[in-house]
Amino acid sequence: MSRVKEFPLPDLGEGLTEGEILKWLVAEGDMITLNQPIVEVETAKAAVEIPAKWAGRVAKIFHGEGETVEVGTPIIAIDTDPSAGALPPDDLADRDLPAPSAASLAAVEVAPAEGAIEPGMIGGPAPGGRTAILVGYGPKTTTATRRPRRQGPTGQDLRQVPDVGAQPATADDDVAEVMTILAGVGAAGPVLAKPPVRKLARDLGVDLSGLAGTGPAGSITRDDVQAAATEGAPAAVPAFATAPSTAPAFGPDREQRIAIKGVRKLTAENMVASAFTAPHVTEFLTVDVTRAVRALERLREVPEWRGVRISPLLLVAKAVLLAVRRHPMVNSAWSGQTGEIVVKEYVNLGIAAATPRGLVVPNIKDAGRLSMRELAEAMTALVTTAKDGRTTPADMSGGTLTITNVGVFGVDTGTPILPPGEAAILAFGAVREMPWVHKGRVRPRQVTTLGLSFDHRIIDGELGSKFLRDVGVFLSDPEAALLAWT
Amino acid sequence: MSKGDGARQPATANRSSARDEGRRKPPDTEFVQLLTPDGSRVEHPDYDVDFTDDELRGLYRDLVIVRKLDAEATALQRQGELGIWASLLGQEAAQVGSGRALRKQDMAFPTYREHGVLYCRGIDPIMPLGLFRGVDQGGWDPNQHKFNMYTIVIGAQTLHATGYAMGIAMDGKVGSDDGEAVIAYFGDGATSQGDVNEAFVWASVFNSPVVFFCQNNQYAISEPLERQTRVPLYQRAAGFGFPGVRVDGNDVLACYAVTRKALDDARHGQGPTLIEAYTYRMGAHTTSDDPTRYRIASEVEAWQAKDPIKRLRSYLERTHAADDTFFGALEDEAAREAGALRERVLSMPNPDPLEMFDHVYPTGSPEIDEQRETFARYLETFAGGH
Repeated sequence: MSRVKEFPLPDLGEGLTEGEILKWLVAEGDMITLNQPIVEVETAKAAVEIPAKWAGRVAKIFHGEGETVEVGTPIIAIDTDPSAGALPPDDLADRDLPAPSAASLAAVEVAPAEGAIEPGMIGGPAPGGRTAILVGYGPKTTTATRRPRRQGPTGQDLRQVPDVGAQPATADDDVAEVMTILAGVGAAGPVLAKPPVRKLARDLGVDLSGLAGTGPAGSITRDDVQAAATEGAPAAVPAFATAPSTAPAFGPDREQRIAIKGVRKLTAENMVASAFTAPHVTEFLTVDVTRAVRALERLREVPEWRGVRISPLLLVAKAVLLAVRRHPMVNSAWSGQTGEIVVKEYVNLGIAAATPRGLVVPNIKDAGRLSMRELAEAMTALVTTAKDGRTTPADMSGGTLTITNVGVFGVDTGTPILPPGEAAILAFGAVREMPWVHKGRVRPRQVTTLGLSFDHRIIDGELGSKFLRDVGVFLSDPEAALLAWT
Repeated sequence: MSKGDGARQPATANRSSARDEGRRKPPDTEFVQLLTPDGSRVEHPDYDVDFTDDELRGLYRDLVIVRKLDAEATALQRQGELGIWASLLGQEAAQVGSGRALRKQDMAFPTYREHGVLYCRGIDPIMPLGLFRGVDQGGWDPNQHKFNMYTIVIGAQTLHATGYAMGIAMDGKVGSDDGEAVIAYFGDGATSQGDVNEAFVWASVFNSPVVFFCQNNQYAISEPLERQTRVPLYQRAAGFGFPGVRVDGNDVLACYAVTRKALDDARHGQGPTLIEAYTYRMGAHTTSDDPTRYRIASEVEAWQAKDPIKRLRSYLERTHAADDTFFGALEDEAAREAGALRERVLSMPNPDPLEMFDHVYPTGSPEIDEQRETFARYLETFAGGH
């Protein structure tokens, strides 16, 4: 056992997943006593002081003030026997990681059937693609720890374990049944909805039996009914203004009051933080993408690409990745804390996605290294995961450059706001048939508008313009650009 | 008042004046006090105690140890070793005073914060930590120690206590000097619960031998007392038809005297009493709570000046009942007990999941046996055991 022990951030309040380091009360090298306050941490519930779990010397502080740390992540290492002399280098600390002990009450261990998602778990997806949350918390995607299932000798899981008696259902059957209910699979079953929701449906002329509920156990909520009533209007949430386009429930004063919480709150905080720290510049470029659209059509006919989802967004992503290679500074971040600009070789390409619970921006890790085919598959998987509400925090963190596809909402362009920590974001507008001067004559051509916002602290007008121009060059003639650049 | 009887105007006026009356905060002096915050002994016409110096030192020791163990438990929660902890900080006198007033045969029904009473009942202080660590359900024998399991449901234990009290009365265990009595603990927030009011009704009409001991710590989580009541809580008893008394909850002597009197009344068949121990929760409601969000620092400071331990220490020093040697040795003892508690918590074994079937029925049942077998098979499907 090592004399250096690492202290992981505990769940400080019944089901919390993370905490923010507010203030360190000790510094590396300090001698500390048992239960001496060492750090202030703020969680969703409270700001609390954590007392030292061991006496000794502070060997290492892993996370600085202002950092948000997931529960279970070591935050400090304490040398519990400082009198024994200097630490050997690389003395790997004993991680005092909570084994799945009963004390870690947050780690609710639910073992679902193999391959099944875990509906209803905290942080896991709830029916309707929403995230199940603790009451009073905003939705927060988090990975649930799942114990590995042992494969039986014949690779069976419990589902195939023969019943002892023909008698009552096994535990697993119960689980399966609950899951079925939770997943709302029993479509032929009764419609679950509270009486006021039923009344609302009657008033609005909505047939409940045709609706997929997003409420607990697949029940139909007011929102579901209202969404169904306003069907025809785009149900998806725009990436820019992400107000849900459900029919507002106006009160007698003809005003509706929506609590600011969850994804809405998080998005708002991010947008404000970004808009008022990074000076934004947005440039526009209108491009004739007729050749690119044709190239996509030809790609669809290539046998190897059969079954792969191909969209203009794929070419935009490729264009961005190639342009980054030519202008690496665009793929960077401003780090005021360290006084550095961090330029990244890897591109974690964010794709803004409208989901039932609001805007999420998952990213494709190291997208620059992917082949065209891999990129296409990664994008499909990412969008599917996001729409299902199964995007994990890991999927969303570490983005370096983002594309927002506002074209799917039928608009031409916008002035996107940078995701915090990124230096550029590209808005991809609708592809329309427009009159365009082509080879000296006005022709109907497929035209789109690109909007690039960038952090003017890092990116000058020249660099931003060149980057946007190169994205446009690729999209106007992808084959030529590929030949020229790669 | 019947509708439309023309007296609407005066009635409204009356109502508003009654409201103003209730809104006036009752002065803190309206309670039984035997030891002032600065440690002076004062007389009360109805209540008195006659402790030897040894007994006073014993009470002081209880207060100090109970606080120290509580602080250790709070630290253990912050270090990830307990799921949650409800601290009693500030309420030591109310718990030790009433707990020491209990006789061996008296039965207590606690909430989840009565660690001080539990200590006075002679229960190993490790017991509640197993509960809050999630490795057992509490672990003590309620019958052996005459101390029921912690009740998390707010106010439910007042009904249990009342039922128990009705039972011992029917068993003829009430009505003499060595009769039995029951005490039910609850907080100011619980007084708004239906359960507590029902318990009051039943205890009153059956003249049950139960003492309702309300620790009014001023907050029901974040709800202040003025959102709970417009009259002093102890006055509610009058409406139910039994006596109510308010005691300085930070005065261990007064808490002892008032509780002993109420228990003795109960054991002699004189029926229930409501005691409102006027105190203050110095810490958070539980470790999941942040009290700075709903109360101001100056209020906490004002209550710090009324600390239950400080005032008894002043009294012991003033009367030369204890010296620095005593205080120093006690501090060491408390630290040792806290250290031992910590070690025992850290070494608590995780329970075998199959144990949960063990105590469902005293003699087992075929159905439970079958569930146990199924669950065992299920557990075996996990790699590396469970």
